Amino acid sequence: MSAARDPSMERSGWLRFAASGAPLVALILAAVVLAPWVAPYGEAQFVGGVWDPPSLAHWLGTDNLGRDMLTRLIFGARNTVTLAALATALAFTLGVSLGFFAAALGGWVDALVSRAIEILLSVPVLISALMVLSVLGNSLPVLIATIGLLESTRVYMLARAVARSIVVREFVAAARLRGEGLVWVLVREILPNALAPLAAEAGLRFSFIFLFVASLSFLGLGIQPPAADWGSMVRENAQAINFGLPAPLYPATAIALLTIAVNRVVDRYLAAESRP
Amino acid sequence: MTAGPLLRIEGLSVHSATGVALVDGISLELARGEVLGLIGESGAGKSTIGLAALGFARGDCRITAGRILLDGLDLRLQSAEGLRRLRGRRVAYVAQSAAAAFNPALRLIDQICEGPVRHGLMSRHEAEARAIDNFRALGLPDPTRFGRRYAHQVSGGQLQRAMAIMAMSCGPDLLVLDEPTTALDVTTQIDVLAHLKTLIAGAGTAALYISHDLAVVAQIADRLLVLRHGKLVETGPTEEILARPQTAYARALVAERTGVALAQPAQKAAWSVRRQAPRPAMPVPANEAVAAGEAVPASILDVQGLAVRYGRQDALSDASFALAPGETLAVIGESGSGKTSLAYAVSGLVPAHAGRVSLGGIPLAPGYARRSREQLRRLQLVFQLPDVALNPRQRIASLVGRPAQFYRGMRGEALAQRVAELLGLVGLDPALAARWPGELSGGQKQRVCIARALAAEPDVLVCDEVTAALDPLIAEEILQLQRRLQEQLGLAYLFITHDLATVRRIAHRVLVLWRGRVVAQGPTAQVLGESEHSYVKQLCASEPQMRRGWLEETLAGRVDPTAAEPVQYPHAN
Repeated sequence: MSAARDPSMERSGWLRFAASGAPLVALILAAVVLAPWVAPYGEAQFVGGVWDPPSLAHWLGTDNLGRDMLTRLIFGARNTVTLAALATALAFTLGVSLGFFAAALGGWVDALVSRAIEILLSVPVLISALMVLSVLGNSLPVLIATIGLLESTRVYMLARAVARSIVVREFVAAARLRGEGLVWVLVREILPNALAPLAAEAGLRFSFIFLFVASLSFLGLGIQPPAADWGSMVRENAQAINFGLPAPLYPATAIALLTIAVNRVVDRYLAAESRP
Repeated sequence: MTAGPLLRIEGLSVHSATGVALVDGISLELARGEVLGLIGESGAGKSTIGLAALGFARGDCRITAGRILLDGLDLRLQSAEGLRRLRGRRVAYVAQSAAAAFNPALRLIDQICEGPVRHGLMSRHEAEARAIDNFRALGLPDPTRFGRRYAHQVSGGQLQRAMAIMAMSCGPDLLVLDEPTTALDVTTQIDVLAHLKTLIAGAGTAALYISHDLAVVAQIADRLLVLRHGKLVETGPTEEILARPQTAYARALVAERTGVALAQPAQKAAWSVRRQAPRPAMPVPANEAVAAGEAVPASILDVQGLAVRYGRQDALSDASFALAPGETLAVIGESGSGKTSLAYAVSGLVPAHAGRVSLGGIPLAPGYARRSREQLRRLQLVFQLPDVALNPRQRIASLVGRPAQFYRGMRGEALAQRVAELLGLVGLDPALAARWPGELSGGQKQRVCIARALAAEPDVLVCDEVTAALDPLIAEEILQLQRRLQEQLGLAYLFITHDLATVRRIAHRVLVLWRGRVVAQGPTAQVLGESEHSYVKQLCASEPQMRRGWLEETLAGRVDPTAAEPVQYPHAN
């Protein structure tokens, strides 16, 4: 059947697959895992002139210090994506468990945790991050912990709101009447029903954190040179724009594409999830 | 105006997106001023036909065949603009849930006047004056200012009347009424039914009246169309179908209401034997019960002076009763009478404000959190809506198996066997264990809820309106199941309901609640037959009966116990 299909249908199928974001996410994940093996040169190796145009030796040309742009993009993916993924995981672990906890217990526990979180929320994330990072220095663990902690406040607000709407449903009442403990109620009754909105938030939050890492790096507070990351690559090569050279557009495009691709993948998951 | 029927539907078929036939080759005719009742259980295609009369198909559904002629005009050939001009003006619709159909952010009068003004039939001023006349005619309080309220500021019965007024605002030729009284309790239903009848008869409007309750339709419809699975089962004049149903399905529907087929002599005998035991009609203080000695069967559940308060609002005060093993006590009353508060306070979901609940002679803590696991196990609650009582993200096996695992420590193969056994006990295929709740029908889900409660091996089952959300025939199956389980397992039921037919069929004793107070209590036949309390009398009188003319008789002989407003039914001619 499928072999006899009209070729134009085939092509639109391929297009749809590409537009689903999955291939791009897979490609970037491959870069993250395989960077040292697939990159044509070393991460901080000087291999050409300043902003050489694309050539067979340097497919995307070279950067402001004569390093291979493609190599830097591949290693940049590794550094930025790993950091953003770890920070997202931390933000969700903290935010979801606290949010569910507050929603399920209610009363003064909820009030106390929520007010504390709101105080944290009232300070802009960038300012808090700048303060913490300038005091503690910006090693990778500090960076991940800081971003994860700050972003967990946003996750908390969503997780608590979602859980509150689930807690009042009768199957939770049924579990409580059975005498189930808090852990069962949180993990078995609430969590499975909160997955869809949390997944949507995870896609969005990952993108935000990723962009946040990029802007921290742009300000010089993120990942430190000579390690590559997409945000600082934009900053380092920004000057090239003045000469009509496309160098900063490569990392900028990478940031945009990954953000879109991740959200497309989440959309697909949510669409599949909402089907009966 | 042409001669011939107002609405003529020929060979109508409607299919869902997945290709399932919702309506399959239905034809019908409706004359001017005639009321046709469409009756059947859910999934019979009643609403789909009703909407097709507006030239509309819901969601992903499509009208795949047939003609829908309104006064000779084929609705399937009309443009969107043409349909817009027809809808509201010539065909109007009254939805089941008025609360969901009104815009909560707009005042009622604005929504009622929108139709005639937008269709250019009246000025806003005229439309308002007419709406106020109708408010008065339908007995709505403070007619001149009623329209300024928002939907949430009026009661369900009032809102349903307001919706009927809205539907009639353009003076349509055809009114489609989709279960307009189903969501209301019996005493409110009778009011709304009477008003709808007045409104339709006064304006000479033809109507399609959709309902699953034959007794309700019988009061208002000239002819009936019995539907099942999208196909026509039987059609004919109302009296004809009530008196001489031709098909087995129609006979089942008629019998469901009258209860003829189900009064099995064996059970009756068992009940009467139990009733011979000198049970006190009202619970007596403990010392008297002891004095009475063995004559009083030991009660499993004992409730004394139970009161529930939400903030400063008393939802229930001073409720006392006892429940013996193997006995069913029905708690009846209209919505807001404190029935559910009683169920929740007994099960501990809502801590009682005052009073005492004892299970097997041991007093229970007011809130469930302070009751022991064993106490929780012995008293199980079955919720009204199976859709929300089952976690949609747990398979049937874990839903039903969890109490056995939790209370009895069952695991692995033993647990799987127990789940299969429980599913068999409630009449479900054990293969359903692998399914998700979303893949089951409403009746199946309620059976799962009962199986889950049974998994705890309880002594007392508190059932909160367990059949209210189900179709009558499915509800009947659930009631039969519960009776069978009671005989097999000796369960005691505290059965919350607003449906008297249910009470008659399942309850040994009845407790009537009215505005949070117990107004009558005792053996079923005695309370429903002889009670002196005016509310109980009215409640019994409000239960729709399967004969034409019942509505008028009942209204004529009715005394309003609330006496808040004199009930008047002027004809709006």
